[in-house]
Amino acid sequence: MAKLNLKSMKKSTKDHIITFAMVIVVYIIVQTMITTGNMSSLMQGLLVPMCTYSIVAIGLNLCVGYLGELSIGHAGFMCVGAFSSAFCTKLLQDSIQNEVILFLIAIAVGTVAAAFFGFLIGIPVLRLRGDYLAIVTLAFGEIIKNVINVLYIAKDENGFHFAISDGNKIELSEDGIWLINGAKGIAKIPHLSSFTAGVIMILVILFIVYNFVNSRTGRAVMAIRDNRIAAESVGINITKFKLMAFTISAAIAGAGGVLYAHNLSTVTATPTNFGYNMSIMILVFVVLGGMGSFRGSIIAAVILTLLPEVLRGLKDYRMLIYSIVLIVMMLFNWAPKCIEMRQRIAAKFKKSAKKEAA
Amino acid sequence: MNFLSYLINGISLGSVYAIIALGYTMVYGIAKMLNFAHGDVIMVGCYIVFMTMSGQGWGAVPAVVLSIIVCTVLGIVIEKIAYKPLRKATPLAVLITAIGVSYFLENAALLIFGADTRSFTNVVTLPALKLAGGALTISGTTIVTFLACVVIMAALMLFIKKTKAGQAMLAVSEDKDAAQLMGVNVNATISLTFAIGSGLAAVAGVLFCSAYPTLTPYTGAMPGIKAFTAAVFGGIGSIPGALIGGILLGVIEILGRAYISSQLSDAIVFAVLIIVLLVKPSGILGKQVHEKV
Amino acid sequence: MALLEVKNLGISFGGLRAVDGFNITIEKGQLYGLIGPNGAGKTTCFNMLTGVYTPTDGTITLDGKDITGKKTVEINKEGIARTFQNIRLFKEQSVLDNVKIGLHNQMPYSTLTGILRLPKYRKVEAEMNEKAMELLKVFDLDKEADFLASNLPYGKQRKLEIARALATNPKLLLLDEPAAGMNPNETKELMETIHFVRDEFDMTVLLIEHDMKLVSGICEELTVLNFGQVLAQGKTSDVLNDPQVIKAYLGE
Repeated sequence: MAKLNLKSMKKSTKDHIITFAMVIVVYIIVQTMITTGNMSSLMQGLLVPMCTYSIVAIGLNLCVGYLGELSIGHAGFMCVGAFSSAFCTKLLQDSIQNEVILFLIAIAVGTVAAAFFGFLIGIPVLRLRGDYLAIVTLAFGEIIKNVINVLYIAKDENGFHFAISDGNKIELSEDGIWLINGAKGIAKIPHLSSFTAGVIMILVILFIVYNFVNSRTGRAVMAIRDNRIAAESVGINITKFKLMAFTISAAIAGAGGVLYAHNLSTVTATPTNFGYNMSIMILVFVVLGGMGSFRGSIIAAVILTLLPEVLRGLKDYRMLIYSIVLIVMMLFNWAPKCIEMRQRIAAKFKKSAKKEAA
Repeated sequence: MNFLSYLINGISLGSVYAIIALGYTMVYGIAKMLNFAHGDVIMVGCYIVFMTMSGQGWGAVPAVVLSIIVCTVLGIVIEKIAYKPLRKATPLAVLITAIGVSYFLENAALLIFGADTRSFTNVVTLPALKLAGGALTISGTTIVTFLACVVIMAALMLFIKKTKAGQAMLAVSEDKDAAQLMGVNVNATISLTFAIGSGLAAVAGVLFCSAYPTLTPYTGAMPGIKAFTAAVFGGIGSIPGALIGGILLGVIEILGRAYISSQLSDAIVFAVLIIVLLVKPSGILGKQVHEKV
Repeated sequence: MALLEVKNLGISFGGLRAVDGFNITIEKGQLYGLIGPNGAGKTTCFNMLTGVYTPTDGTITLDGKDITGKKTVEINKEGIARTFQNIRLFKEQSVLDNVKIGLHNQMPYSTLTGILRLPKYRKVEAEMNEKAMELLKVFDLDKEADFLASNLPYGKQRKLEIARALATNPKLLLLDEPAAGMNPNETKELMETIHFVRDEFDMTVLLIEHDMKLVSGICEELTVLNFGQVLAQGKTSDVLNDPQVIKAYLGE
């Protein structure tokens, strides 16, 4: 086998290897801390959510950073992934004993379901100006939450029972089970998620997105972002590639939802877990980590999840800080005065570096 | 008779949406941005009225006037600090900033006023109108809301047609650079647009909370998004479009709540948005815009 | 048979007749110029030829095939590529990738092949790199292959746009003011490059230009547009000496 030679490698390939290495090293450190008993149970409880947020942030970054379209409904896709997969595992847990196979089925179901909704939403909206996409994805997130909260599905020996708005309509026999119980959501979900599963999912997803953006398709997507008219003029089908990137982005968010749901015993669609706030939080991870940088998204997701737990006093101000992060990051990157200031500092830095060298 | 009273409620709610939609549509037309924070300005306006009336014992009129002034200033300040430096930035950056501002207002309000739901006192003291021998009641709030909406629309259209500032707005919305060359003060015009939109948001907020008297830091978000839907529905950039879109949306929401499902009323409103974008993305009165190549 | 045959092309925006009765016939291998005062409708013609605007009336025939009213993407696949008056590069991507995006439809592989890095991916990517570098070399851009497109100097950006257009393997190349913003040396160099492209790639070129030196230097035939209508048409030297053309350019 060829020897790994970091120097002669393409810059992007080097970048990818660093990201993979980072994830693996963190995983090893965390596992060592757990086995040696150096990690509080509170911290351990944060591990799976951290993976979830990282995954959804990677998905959103594909949409925001590479497609250049803002979605503020990724919590909605997460919600679709969570509910469809939890529904499925609840149904199958008696017939499939192997947890790994069950979880793989859950991931497949959640991802496909989220991708389907991403595709559905994308068709009307991706032809339009970006602002519309933002508002429609937001609307979609709200619709999904609304619909799940009025959905009742149960199963007993007579088969499935469905109801909308009123769960009392369903007359369930004694050993029947509720699959989705309206606003109470799905209860008694098999606990299939683990930190290891989360990390493996992150690695697989990183592999997919890195290869995607460095392929012919990924270049077409970025071409559309950079200049739609020029992209059309060289024969790139705008709708097709936008839709493809958006669908993949939604699918990844769905995978995050699967991990999220199988870490809880009960999953409900409330504003805090699958609402606007969650979508904004994910957006903050993407913006802070850098649009277009998957590694940045992961780092931001991990740090911003840990920070309020470590610094207790910050907890009340968390949301306020998030909002300031969004504003300041944008001003820092785009305001003419900030750009000027950054250039001045960079010039100064260069000068002093030169002096030192001399 | 039930249907008629639903219809009237719908028009009343729709009038509020129309007033809020004005703020969106004007800003969108002139600054070409979606001011996400617009809905939250409504909430700020409501808290001002609530604090002064319930806390300080002010009368309704001075409270509303103060609220309008505060919101107008807030609108101008937001534009100056957050949006003005981004005139040349990508639409994505501006949108993210706007979301940041919206989120900031919500969470600042959460820290200042707390998460408790406050019950808003109705500022309208007009007696209800009983028609058809008491079978149909139209509340004073409904009447005032509808009248306020019509008056505001008319005044705004006159303002744009008859005044120099209004003409400047038209010019900037048509072509910012050309307007600048013709001596229009673009920055001042955009500031003025934000000021008017935010002032109207205060009015809309007070009317909304008079009809639905629960006040939390998130009160403004939902009506804000629905009003944007109304603006898109009517055709973004068009003032009569905001009126038509707002009222239609209000009626759809109330009828949907009454006849389909109360829990799904929001979902129905958003479904309308998606259908409109699918069938006629430029809205009822909007015009198709071509990108220059 | 002519490569491009445009008959009676016209477009209205609202009530405004921007172009009216535009006819043009270009033979294979020709270097053809489209000139006229500002606002004469030259770029509008380009936009109709490339499907950015749908003509109100008239027909466009490319290589015997009617392409009137087709979408930009399809027209590019039929064989028309273009550059833009106000440069439109993929600014956030490397010079090499800009050309590789041009090769998008020439060297395809599926998205799944890309994601799974199947052997075909490596093979096609290697071919793409080779082909793109060849094109860059023609325009003397090979040393800047790894630069971000936005970091190139202005003249090189114009060249990169031409290279990208050529990558789509067109039959007809439309250049919208290729010499705009170039100094006399760069213009001279550009003229040589255009000649070279015609000979080397067996290309037909239609260009809009204001620089009369470039027009008279390389164009074999000209069409002059004025107020959306054809004012004169024919051999370059004849057209440039036409008193009507001189009047339109210099005024009375």
